[in-house]
Amino acid sequence: MTDTTPSSFTTHGLHTSAAAQARMRRRYAAERRFRLYGIAAIVAALGVLAVLLFTIVSQGYTAFVNTEIELEVYVDPADFSFEGTTPTSEEIGAGNYRNLLSSALQENLPDADAPGAARDLRGILSGQAYRQLRETLLADPSLIGQRVSMSFLASSDIDQAFKGNTPRDVPEERRRVSNLQYEWMDYLENQGQISTSFNSNLFTQADSRQPEQAGLWGAIVGSFYLMLVVAVLSIPLGVGAAIYLEEFAPKNRLTSFIEININNLAAVPSIIFGLLGLAVFIQVFGLPRSAPLVGGLALTLMTLPTIIIAARASLRSIPPSIREAAYGLGASKMQMVFHHVLPLALPGILTGSIIGLAQALGETAPLLMIGMNAFITSAPDSMFSPSTALPSQIYIWADSSERGFVERTSAGIMVLLGFLILMNATAIFLRKRFEKRW
Amino acid sequence: MPLTTVALIVILLAIYGYFLGKRRAWKLAGDGAVAGKLHSLPAYHGSYVALWAALPSLVVLLCWSLFGQAIIDQMALYSLPAERLEGADAGKRGLLLATIKNTAFGGGFASDDPVIIAAAEYMNSLQASGQWAVGILALALSLMALAFAARHLAPQFQARHRVERTAQVLMILCSVIAIITTFGIVISLFFESLRFFERYSIIDFVFGLKWSPQTAIREDQVGSSGAFGAVPVFMGTMLIAAIAMAVAVPIGLLSAIYLSEYAPSRIRGSVKPVLEVLAGIPTIVYGFFAALTVAPAFRQVGEILGLPVSANSALAAGSVMGIMIIPFVSSLSDDAIRAVPQSLREGSAGLGATKSETIRQVIFPAALPGIVGAILLAVSRAVGETMIVVMAAGLSANLTLNPLEQVTTVTVQIVANLTGDTAFDSAKTLSAFALGFMLFLTTLCLNVMAILVVRRYREKYD
Repeated sequence: MTDTTPSSFTTHGLHTSAAAQARMRRRYAAERRFRLYGIAAIVAALGVLAVLLFTIVSQGYTAFVNTEIELEVYVDPADFSFEGTTPTSEEIGAGNYRNLLSSALQENLPDADAPGAARDLRGILSGQAYRQLRETLLADPSLIGQRVSMSFLASSDIDQAFKGNTPRDVPEERRRVSNLQYEWMDYLENQGQISTSFNSNLFTQADSRQPEQAGLWGAIVGSFYLMLVVAVLSIPLGVGAAIYLEEFAPKNRLTSFIEININNLAAVPSIIFGLLGLAVFIQVFGLPRSAPLVGGLALTLMTLPTIIIAARASLRSIPPSIREAAYGLGASKMQMVFHHVLPLALPGILTGSIIGLAQALGETAPLLMIGMNAFITSAPDSMFSPSTALPSQIYIWADSSERGFVERTSAGIMVLLGFLILMNATAIFLRKRFEKRW
Repeated sequence: MPLTTVALIVILLAIYGYFLGKRRAWKLAGDGAVAGKLHSLPAYHGSYVALWAALPSLVVLLCWSLFGQAIIDQMALYSLPAERLEGADAGKRGLLLATIKNTAFGGGFASDDPVIIAAAEYMNSLQASGQWAVGILALALSLMALAFAARHLAPQFQARHRVERTAQVLMILCSVIAIITTFGIVISLFFESLRFFERYSIIDFVFGLKWSPQTAIREDQVGSSGAFGAVPVFMGTMLIAAIAMAVAVPIGLLSAIYLSEYAPSRIRGSVKPVLEVLAGIPTIVYGFFAALTVAPAFRQVGEILGLPVSANSALAAGSVMGIMIIPFVSSLSDDAIRAVPQSLREGSAGLGATKSETIRQVIFPAALPGIVGAILLAVSRAVGETMIVVMAAGLSANLTLNPLEQVTTVTVQIVANLTGDTAFDSAKTLSAFALGFMLFLTTLCLNVMAILVVRRYREKYD
């Protein structure tokens, strides 16, 4: 390029010869290729995200409804053993509901008294159907001896088959639903007696061995307790640490050691915090296993670095003029920080804290270490009682291969993602609403 | 009296103390003439009283809730007849204690041994009397401290200084928690690992080629020798991390380059947050995706190609992990690329280089330390990632580099050996702590290296 003589503009010049033009073309082609690689990388990443979300939603959306079968049950007094004239609740509770429901099914379904049909008949309704009927009768004993029309929860196999989640066109011995049961399903469908409705079990029940009865309520309560512990501990502690390190700490060995520790802890694998919780909180301090309190403590230690780092960034973004103005009005350093800087930094701190909490909500590994993946069929009633949490409940369900649990796992993931989106949206809203540009 | 109630009462007392102190301060100032007479604002007098009312008794309550159970456990254990404890090692004692606790609190298997029942009753009575004693102590302490602090107040009393000093000490304590946590991790993992190495030679652990943590329950059991050679486990971890990096580094780096150098700001502003979503998805979701969608898909592709792909192949777990890591690589490299001064880009363009030539020959070398730091952090994340491998990788420790076979990882083994009802001091459970300690050291090295690399790089351009 040092050649500035007119000769370089002739056809034989350095930049215009055929070889040079070919070189230019190659370079431009390389430029385009490089650009394409970048676009391809982004498309690949976004594509995988889309596939991921699509598979979860397509596998899980059916879990939000469940199949119910409407039956007319003749509440035969012969299935109860009444001593007096007015039935007591114990007597009603001890009725032979299995018999009541199977005779109702036999009445309602064709070929139900065929030899060998009894097993197929038992597989139609969920175990919850007995409870449904018992509770109805307990609420209204006058129904005994009458015909009652009710919607009963179908068993998981029927539920999955009716929703089309399990294929019908495979040999009968490889299906969980027999030909006869399919015939009954078709019959009920023609009669309009089988339908899907909103799955309230999913949001009101805790875990169960039966997929159609299993719900997330216990896990949601457990996760709520976890978040309560994490929020109550990690936000004040994190903000305190951030204020000290950002505003007060002298530059010495101790504070630089603290900073190295915080940066390292932010990158320590979460399972290590679970091991810490197991070794210290459970074994040394004797706190109960599987309790949300212990899980919350482990998650607090894990979340603390995130919150400290976010809070420090937020404090740092407050301009010095605010501090100087406060000093100018005669504030002490503590007054300057707590009366002026902290309130201005609060939206940023809150945003960072919510993001940290969202991270803690989705964390599973530490919970496995402290035993929050136990099979627990009721929602916890305190911080000390055994419990699961949303992610560990998903983990438990993901271990079961039944189609009903696969569906519920995906639904659980959707609920978890819903909570995460809610929290992150709150964080973004707070940032957009209160963020000041100095 | 439940201690949470006591804590609530103490807090109420502190609130009362605040208003009491404030009112007294106003009185001392002779209502309305604050500025001249008082050293500190009345609110500081109030806070001073409140701090005295709350802090000492809350510390007592905290200590009791942390150590009380442990003290009671020991007292109940030693109330057993001496011959029961003679010759019992730590494991036996733990078992005895668990039986006493089950008997005392219900749940689990209660014992009908009269000695144990006596100990359980003793434990229950200790628990009850301990709670009462601590509750009353805390309340008395709170009241006394409140009275003491309230009598202290005087016009020239430097309440603000005291309150501010206390606040500062509290904040220092908050920041020291980071150190305490690190020490807690190191010490707890270290001592549990020591207990493991008492049972199993450290040389065999570090260099052993066979990992099969099932220890024999019966003497004559076959195939459960309990070998704890960690090499296959670490090789499996490295294999999966390498696959993850092979996915994450090209995609993450190229998208970071495209977003920072090529993309118009509008696209950058919308694509970048969507990429970050990948980092916000809980790892359990990736694990489920890997186990249920990706692994079967790879298996089918393998069948078509005639390759034997394991159901829990390293490839499936590794590639899904790579996708999870993309945003770490891309956002950290993005920072590094954007930190390269604009003058370098302009200089390169002035010399006639195309944009991609500038990126490859000028920007990339300049941003390399930052990118290396990002990759190190990503490796650390991949090595410590748990849920994806727990759900999608296998349990059997194969010493192989074939990504189509199943391998196991450190985190999988930790989870496998610690979940389920095993005693806390079998070699199997303790091996999890030894693995955890190795994992902690590995990630610590990677993190410190990354921090140092990034710091050195920053100094270059600032």
